[in-house]
Amino acid sequence: MSDVLFLGLAVFDHAFMRYALIAGTAVALACGLVGYLMVLRGQVFMGDAMGHVAFTGALASLAFGLDARLGLFVACVAVGLVLAGMGDRGRAGDTETGIVFSWVLGLGVLLLSVVASSGGAGGAAGARVLFGSILGLDAARTTWAVAIAAAVVIALIAIARPLLFATLDEAVAAARGVPVRLLGFAFLAIVGIAAAEAAQVVGALLLLGLLATPGGTAWRLTTSPYAGLAVSAAAAVASTWAGLLLSFEVPSLPPSVAIIVVASALYAGATLLDRVRAR
Amino acid sequence: MILDLFAYQFMVNAFIAGTIAAVIAAVVGWYVVLRRETFAAHTLALIGFPGAAAAALFGWPVALGYFVVPGLGALAMVAGRGRGEARAGVETATVGTIQALALAIGYLLVTLSHANLSAAQAMLFGSFLGITSTQVVVLTAVGVGILVAMSCIARPLFFASVDADVAEARGVPSRALAAAFLLIVAATVAAVSQITGALLVFALLVIPAATAQRLTARPGRGVAIAVVIAVAVTWAGLATSYVADVPIGFTVTSYAFALFVLVRALSRLAR
Repeated sequence: MSDVLFLGLAVFDHAFMRYALIAGTAVALACGLVGYLMVLRGQVFMGDAMGHVAFTGALASLAFGLDARLGLFVACVAVGLVLAGMGDRGRAGDTETGIVFSWVLGLGVLLLSVVASSGGAGGAAGARVLFGSILGLDAARTTWAVAIAAAVVIALIAIARPLLFATLDEAVAAARGVPVRLLGFAFLAIVGIAAAEAAQVVGALLLLGLLATPGGTAWRLTTSPYAGLAVSAAAAVASTWAGLLLSFEVPSLPPSVAIIVVASALYAGATLLDRVRAR
Repeated sequence: MILDLFAYQFMVNAFIAGTIAAVIAAVVGWYVVLRRETFAAHTLALIGFPGAAAAALFGWPVALGYFVVPGLGALAMVAGRGRGEARAGVETATVGTIQALALAIGYLLVTLSHANLSAAQAMLFGSFLGITSTQVVVLTAVGVGILVAMSCIARPLFFASVDADVAEARGVPSRALAAAFLLIVAATVAAVSQITGALLVFALLVIPAATAQRLTARPGRGVAIAVVIAVAVTWAGLATSYVADVPIGFTVTSYAFALFVLVRALSRLAR
């Protein structure tokens, strides 16, 4: 017990850990909420797509000497809206989603070679973008991450009721005058923002683990959508904290890897519980 | 200029390997698109990365890592499938979790092995231009195996993909076929990703197939068109990369994507 207490205190001695915990909590909260709705709407593949788009967006910024976050947000939201526009009722099919993001990724490879040839540190920059660098946050970046996460949470709460209605019974919702298509667009824009936030915590390639995995955990544990939102957010935050503490304790374990491992373990536990209950 | 290409053994190898990769990716990809299993295929493609990273760390042959881990992933996906209930949402959550966890483990293995980060990037983005003659031989053998396996299950798989209920009623073992097909997809992505890298197999797998399906719904013709497109974009990509010194991942995906956009626009106009 005293070890845990000591560890808890030691963690807060370091400014970079404080920033990581604060930003990580806010981002995980937003991702947990968004991710649960993604699972409910059957749009997990969008999260997969966003991971690749985030990579290209961040590298585009780096190639032009801009802040990586600018490209992250612009690329994720723009591709989210394009994909929403390609499908009926603000949803894109998996095949078209896959085609768009695989080309965007090809573009990312080109940008990676540009960054590598101009700066010489392309390998390191590429790895940071792909696998995250939450321990490198400063006060300003933390503030921005928290503010944007708060905006995502507020926006999601504002549209939660009609979005859940449109998700659970699209045809009836449309007949009742719920703007299904508009909600589809709004949701994918929010997914884009959440993905760009997650990319800063766990990296572009791993952001699916922070978005979809807590959502899946919640889906396994409860059938009530509001309880599901809460469980998903809690699972995401718990994974982030446990992952950060774990990687603080075991320095060879990168924080993004630890967060994904914990989130996956929670998912595996929820799946087992679900199967036991189903018997 | 173009003949210059073949003056180097590595370019000859790249063209042979690229052609084989394009053919098997297009054939298997056509069924992936038909069955709407793009997410599963993409995940199988990505999890070759931890396999390759593990092989690099423990000193196994890299090809072994590429084949074993996606194979296990395919089995895990089959095992994780519900008992025929409508659980699409949560099934994709399972696939997504497998993907994120596998990539995280791959990254951990790369950092543990202290390999430089460009080694990780070669696993992720491939190296068309460093292909050895041994790799070409292995790829040919695997490619032939995949095509033979596909031709054995093509007809019942098509039936089961188009109308699962009727196929089931007629005694087609659709669950066993689905498992066999995912294993074939795993072998395909493993073979192809040694050349294109784990991140870009998907482009070769899905874009030519989806383009072909916009042109025709007939299976024989569709597979043939997908193969022609895949081989053409691969050759064009290789030649462009050689001449202009841009990454192969960019040129191949761009040609394939441009063709898809063109066909999509034309088929909309024709309607």
